[in-house]
Amino acid sequence: MSDARPCTIVGDVSGLPESASGAKHLVWWGNIGFMAIEGTAFALAAGTYLYLMSQTHGWPPAGIRPPDLFWPAILTLGLLLSELPNLWVRRRAIAKDERGVRFGTLGMTIFGLVLLIPRALEFAHLNVHWTDNAYGSVLWMLIILHTSHLITDIGDTAVQAVWLFTHEVGDDQFADVEDNANYWTFVVLSWLPIGALIYLAPRLG
Amino acid sequence: MSGLQSALEPAGEQAAGIHGLFWLMMLVCGAMYLLVLGGVAWTLWRAFRRRRPASEPTIDPPDIGLNRGMLGWAGLIVVGLTVLITASFLVERNIAAARARDALEVRVTGHQWWWRIEYRDPRTGGWIETANELHLPLGRTTRVALGSADVIHSFWVPNIAQKLDVIPGRINLLDLTPTRPGWFRGQCAEFCGVQHAHMAFDVKVDAPEDFERWLAGQAKAAAIPADPVAARGQQVVTGGQCAMCHTIRGTPSTGRAGPDLTHFGSRRSVAAGTLTMSRGAVQGWIAQPQALKPGTMMPPVALSGPDADAASRYLMELQ
Amino acid sequence: MTAPLTPEQADRLAVSWRDAPGLWGFLTTVDHKRIAARYILTVVLLMFLAGMLALDMRLQLAWPDMGRMTPQLYNESFSLHGSTMLFLVSVPVMEAMAIWLVPLMLGQRALAFPRLAAFSYWLYLGGVLMLWVPHAVGITPDLGWFEYPPLSGPGYAPGHRADIWAQMITFTEVAALAASVNVVATVLKMRPPGMTLARIPVFVWSQAIAGLMTIFSLPAVMLVTSMLIADRLVSTQFFAPAAGGDPILFQHLFWWFGHPEVYIIFLPAAGFVSMIVETFSRRTLFGHVAVVLSMLGIAALAFGLWVHHMFAVGLPRLGNDFYTAASMAVALPAGLQIFCWIATLWSGRPRFDTPLLWVLGFIATFVIGGLSGVMAASAPLDQQITDTYFIVAHFHYVLIGGAILPLLGAFCYWYPKATGRLMSERLGKLAFWLIVGGFNLGFFPMHLLGLMGMPRRVYTYSEGMGWGPLNLVATLGSAIAVAGGLVFVANAWWSRRHGALAGPDPWGGSTLEWAVPSPPPQHNFDHLPVVDSLTPLWTQKEALQVMTGLAVERREVLVTSVIEATPEYRQKSPKPSIAPLFSALAVTILFIGSIFTPWALVWGAVPLAAALIAWFWPQRERATTGPLAVRR
Repeated sequence: MSDARPCTIVGDVSGLPESASGAKHLVWWGNIGFMAIEGTAFALAAGTYLYLMSQTHGWPPAGIRPPDLFWPAILTLGLLLSELPNLWVRRRAIAKDERGVRFGTLGMTIFGLVLLIPRALEFAHLNVHWTDNAYGSVLWMLIILHTSHLITDIGDTAVQAVWLFTHEVGDDQFADVEDNANYWTFVVLSWLPIGALIYLAPRLG
Repeated sequence: MSGLQSALEPAGEQAAGIHGLFWLMMLVCGAMYLLVLGGVAWTLWRAFRRRRPASEPTIDPPDIGLNRGMLGWAGLIVVGLTVLITASFLVERNIAAARARDALEVRVTGHQWWWRIEYRDPRTGGWIETANELHLPLGRTTRVALGSADVIHSFWVPNIAQKLDVIPGRINLLDLTPTRPGWFRGQCAEFCGVQHAHMAFDVKVDAPEDFERWLAGQAKAAAIPADPVAARGQQVVTGGQCAMCHTIRGTPSTGRAGPDLTHFGSRRSVAAGTLTMSRGAVQGWIAQPQALKPGTMMPPVALSGPDADAASRYLMELQ
Repeated sequence: MTAPLTPEQADRLAVSWRDAPGLWGFLTTVDHKRIAARYILTVVLLMFLAGMLALDMRLQLAWPDMGRMTPQLYNESFSLHGSTMLFLVSVPVMEAMAIWLVPLMLGQRALAFPRLAAFSYWLYLGGVLMLWVPHAVGITPDLGWFEYPPLSGPGYAPGHRADIWAQMITFTEVAALAASVNVVATVLKMRPPGMTLARIPVFVWSQAIAGLMTIFSLPAVMLVTSMLIADRLVSTQFFAPAAGGDPILFQHLFWWFGHPEVYIIFLPAAGFVSMIVETFSRRTLFGHVAVVLSMLGIAALAFGLWVHHMFAVGLPRLGNDFYTAASMAVALPAGLQIFCWIATLWSGRPRFDTPLLWVLGFIATFVIGGLSGVMAASAPLDQQITDTYFIVAHFHYVLIGGAILPLLGAFCYWYPKATGRLMSERLGKLAFWLIVGGFNLGFFPMHLLGLMGMPRRVYTYSEGMGWGPLNLVATLGSAIAVAGGLVFVANAWWSRRHGALAGPDPWGGSTLEWAVPSPPPQHNFDHLPVVDSLTPLWTQKEALQVMTGLAVERREVLVTSVIEATPEYRQKSPKPSIAPLFSALAVTILFIGSIFTPWALVWGAVPLAAALIAWFWPQRERATTGPLAVRR
C-alpha cells in the first residue's frame, strides 16, 4: 500500500541515532507526566491537610501529642543521603557504564529497603490513629501516599537491577535507569514538604 | 399555587434585587446573543447570495478588517462583563446589608425529609417549636439560622430570597425581608436522599400584628379536646406509638425525632408539603405513609377504624 | 535510503505493523485506531443506554404526580445517567478522538506509548463494567453524579452503591490520566519535521491543553473519592463534622476537578469546530493565534473558579465576588473563539455539508449555554438558580450544545477517513434537524421551569405548582432529539456498506490525515511527512514533502524536538502485547477488592506488579548507538 498522494523526498532520517538520553528521550516525558500527576496529588493532599487545620481549633486536637521526631529525622537524613548514590547512578547511566548501573541499581535497592525500617517505625510513633479524628485521618493519608511511592520506586529499582544483571544493556535501558533515578529524586523531594507538614505543622499550629 | 414558588414574582427585598439583576443580565446577554445570530445570518446571506463554494482554498488572506472587528468585539465583551460584574457586586452587597439589627430570630433545622422551625419567644426568651410552616412578619427582616440534623439540604423560598445550603456542623445565616403578604412555598434544593422531592414547607407572610398573634398562639400548649371522640383520639395519639417521635406540648407526647404536632391542625399541609391538610389526608398519612411518601421515616401506625377516626379528629383540633 | 519505498519494502513495512489475526490480535493490539474505535463504540452504546434513562425520567416528569417510577428508581436513573454521561461518555470520547486523530494529524505511525493506550481502554472498560454490571443486578448508585457526604458517607448510605460509584471514578480517571500523558507526550515529542509550535493544528493544540488540564485536575477527584471510600471502609473522619472533618472539603476537591472537566470536554470540541470551519470555508482559519491563546486562557481560568459551584454553601462574600469575576471572564476567550469561527465562514466561500451544519447548530445552541453560564457566574443570581432546572438547562446547553454537537460534526467529518465511505447527506440532515430542534425544544423551557421554582432531582411535583405544561414540552423535545440520535446511528451503520466511496480526501482538508488512504493502513504513513505551514496539504498541492529512513522490518517512529520539531532520534515502537490487558485486569481486581477490604491494596498489588513487570521487561531489540565498552 502506498500513500495516496505523490511525494517528494526531502530528507532521510536513517542516519539518526536509535536512542537518546535525558529530555530528548520520549520516555523521559512520560516520566515527567506521571510525576506531574503524582505531584498534583501530593499538593492537593497537602492542601487538604492545611484546609482541615484551618477548620479545627487546636492542631493537633486537644489531648493528642504531635508525632515523634526521632525516626522521621533518621528517614529524612537517609533520603537526603541516598541522593548521593542516586545521582551517581544517574551519571553512570548517562555515561553508558554497564558495570556502574548494574551495581548502582543494586545498591539503591538495598539502600531503599533499609530506609523502609525508619519509615515502618515512623508509623508506630504518629501518636494518633486514623479513626480518632480528621487530623489523624489526613496524617495517615499523607504518610501512606508517600510510602506507596517509596515502595513502588524501590520495587522498580529492584526489577531493574535484576534485568541489568541478566542482560546486555542497551541505550534504551540506560535511559530507563536515568528516568528511574530522576523518579527517586522526585520521591525524595516530595517528602520534604509532606514531612514538614506532618511533623512541623502540629508543633507550630 | 402557581407562582407561589417562583423567582420571577419577587415578594421580598432580596428576591427583588436579584430579580432586577436577572433582567439586566437578560438584556445584556440577549443583545450579545442577537449579535452572534446576526453574524451567522449575515454569513449565510453572503454565502448563498453572493458566492459559490470555492474548490481551491485561500491561504492566509490579509484579514485587516476582521482583525479590527475582533478587537471591537473583545471591547464589547469587556464592557458587557464589567457592567454585569459591577451590578452583581452591588446586588450582593445590598443583600448582605439587610436590616439585621432588629431581625426576628428563627432557627430552621433540616431533617430527612422535613423542617424543624423554632422561634425565639419574645416573652420568655425560650424557643417555640413548630414544623414545615414558616410565618414571617411583613416588612421586617427575619434572620434564619440554618442547621442540619443529618445530611446537606438547601433552604429556598424563591419569592422572598435566594437559597442557602443547610450543612451539618455549620450554622448558616439567611436574611428574609418579605414585602408582600400572602402564602408562599419553599422547598429543599440540595439532593438529600430518597424523598428530596417531598421536603417542602409553606410560608405565610402576615402584617406584624397578625404575626405576633400567631406566634402567641404557637407558644401555647395544645388545647384539651372538648368532645369525647377527640378526647379518645388524644389517648390514642399521646399514649401510643406516635408519642415516641412527636411532641404535643401539654401532653405526655415528648418524642423529638419527628415534627412537633402541638398546633398541627393549624397547618396548611401534611408531611412537608406532600398532602394538603384535611382529615382524610391525616388519616391516610397515619395509616400508609410509605404509600404516600415512599422512604419516609414515618412508620405506618395500625389503628382500628374508630381509633383512626378519633386520632385524626384530635389532630385536626390541634389549632 | 533516499528513494521512495519499493513495493516490496512497503509490504514489509505493512507486515511489521500488522496485528495478529483473530482474537489474539484483538486482545493484544496497540494500534491507536483500533483502540480509539473501541472507545467510540463503547461510548455510542453507553450514550444509548444513558439516553434511554433520560427519556424514562422525562416521561416520569411529563405530567404532575406521575407514579410510573418510584423515587428510588428515579434517583438511580439520574445518578446513572449523570455518572455515565460525565465519566464514561464525555471525557472518554474526547480522549478517543485524540487517540485516533493525533498521530494521523502528526504524520506518525503510532502514539508515544502504544501499550499505555491499550491499557487506558481496558481500564476504562473496567470502569464501565464497574457501574453497569452491578446495575444489571440491582445495585445502582443513587446519589447523583457528585455524591456529597454525609449523604454518601457511612451513616446515610449503607451497602455498596456509593462505593461502586466512587471506585468507578477511580477506574476512569486512571485511564484518562494515562491517555492524557500519552497524548501530551506525543504532541510534544512526535511532531513531524517542520511542525514548529506555530504550525500545530488547532485540534492538536486543544487536545494537548485538555491533556495538561486533565493531569492537573483529575488527581483531585481520585483523592476525594478515595477519602470517601476510606471514610466508609476504614472509618477515617475526613467528612465527619463531629470528629473535626468537614463535608465542604469534599465539595472543594470535587469541583477542583469538576470545573476544569467541563473545559476538558469543551476544548477538544472547539478543536473539531476549528478544523471543520477551516475546511468548509475553504480558507485558513481566521485568528489561529487568537483561538489557541483563548484555549490557553480558558485552561488557566478553569483552575480559578471552582467555587462558583458552591455559591450557595455560605462561604465568605469576598470570595464569592472574586469567583464571580473570574467565572465571567471566561466569556472573553470563549467569545473570541466564536468570533473567529464566524469570521472565517464570513470571509470564506463555504460549502454547507453536514459537518458544517453541526457547527452552525453548535454556535446557535452553545452560545445560549455560555450566556446562561455568565448568569450563573453571578453569585447572587446563582443563589436563586443553582440546583434548579435552570442549571439543568445550562449544563445541557454547554455539554450537548458545546461538546456533543461538534462531536457529531466531527464524526461526520472524519467518518470517511475511518471507513472509506461518506455518510448519507440526506439522513445526516434529518438527524441534524431532529437533534438540534428537539434539543432546543426540550431544554429551553427548563430555564423557565427553574426560575419558576422547580428544583433539580425531584422525582415528581404536584399539579398546583404549574410546572406541568412546560415539562410536557420538555419531554416532547427530548423524545425528538432521541429519535434524531437513532437516525444518526442508523446513518453511520448504513453508510459503512452503502455510502459513496470517499477516497483519501473527500472534503479537501488541510491537515496530514487527509494524505493517507481511507481507511488508513495500520502503519498510517509510508513516509514521514514534512510540514512547512499550518495547512500542509494546501501549501504542498502537487506533491507531499516527505522523509525516508525509518526501518521497514520493525516498528520505528521518529522523535523530534519539543519547540522546533527537528528530528532527534528513531524510537523503537512496541509490538502488540497482552500485558496491558493483564495489567488492567490486575488493577480491576485491586480496585474491586478495595471496596470490600483495605487489604486488597496489599494482596492486589502482587498480580499487578507481575503484570507490570511483564509489560515493561525490556525485550525489544537493544539499541547500541555507541560502542558498548566505556564511554563518554
